[in-house]
Amino acid sequence: MEHTQTITGAPPLAHEGAPAVPSFEIIPVKAIPLVALAIAGLVAAIVSEELWALEFAHVVAGGLWTGIDLFVGLIIGPILGRLSPQGRVEFSTRFMPKMVLLMPTLVAITLVAGWSLANHTGDIAVAYPDHWWLTASFIVVGIMSVIALGFLEPANLAVLFELKKPQPNPELIGRLMRRFVYASGITGIMQLATLIIMTRIATW
Amino acid sequence: MVNEHKLPPVGELAILTMTLVVSGGIYMAAHIPDDVPTLLPTALTVIAALVLAVNVFMLSRVKRFAWPIFRQVAGWSLVGYGVISGLLLWVFIRDAIPNDVMTLLTASLVIFAVNIPLHFGFAVARYQPVES
Repeated sequence: MEHTQTITGAPPLAHEGAPAVPSFEIIPVKAIPLVALAIAGLVAAIVSEELWALEFAHVVAGGLWTGIDLFVGLIIGPILGRLSPQGRVEFSTRFMPKMVLLMPTLVAITLVAGWSLANHTGDIAVAYPDHWWLTASFIVVGIMSVIALGFLEPANLAVLFELKKPQPNPELIGRLMRRFVYASGITGIMQLATLIIMTRIATW
Repeated sequence: MVNEHKLPPVGELAILTMTLVVSGGIYMAAHIPDDVPTLLPTALTVIAALVLAVNVFMLSRVKRFAWPIFRQVAGWSLVGYGVISGLLLWVFIRDAIPNDVMTLLTASLVIFAVNIPLHFGFAVARYQPVES
């Protein structure tokens, strides 16, 4: 049974009542076996030392990471900003818990498989100046990690916990959501650099 | 009651720690598989460890704080980011990275695995009501 919580502290709305928060899980527990399966697949790919398996893990996880970052930052973010408070709450309670599990999994698989792949193909041993492309990818990933782990993910979690309160603070949620959307936008734009670097390395 | 204004700058220091660890990691990764000059990454790792220690100390001094929520978020984050750090460590060990660099990478990953849960736990708990 779905139960709702009314945000009594919400500012007055012209055409609708105060946003109601649907029941939701902060961590979608049912998806944890899928995460474990993905990690097991990654370990199997590394142990097998099969080029295809490593390439698959890196390209699929990296492609999804890049695509989701771009899509959320540049498409979903601006749409979210124009939704009604009720729409934002409905969307956030369904969307953000999934991101809590999905993004760290994709990032971990991309990085671990990428490092193993670069060792397997010998790309890691390429001399400078070509090695600068690899170094550039490390720098871009490093900056994105600091933004994602320093700003985006904490804002995501804080919003979800705030929405679980009997009386969530709409002002705080708005502030944290803005941080989430801006951080997503910045990482989305930085993913364009990743696309350039990775396609360059892939065509050496 | 949420006591945001009385809290130490845990979030800012956690981001500083992260930046130091990531910078050291990038520097080392940029040199592998050649010899890695360890002076700069050692300095960055030591500073990161010190900042993390100061951060933990300052937070531990806070009496009125939503500690149960902090422990819940930090605990689960520790599990998640412990797994990620463990995976990275395992891959580095498989690649037979030299001992001195491996020590630095291990230290960096341990700092990372402790710092992220601290940051996440604080980011959530700071907005939670404090039990009287």
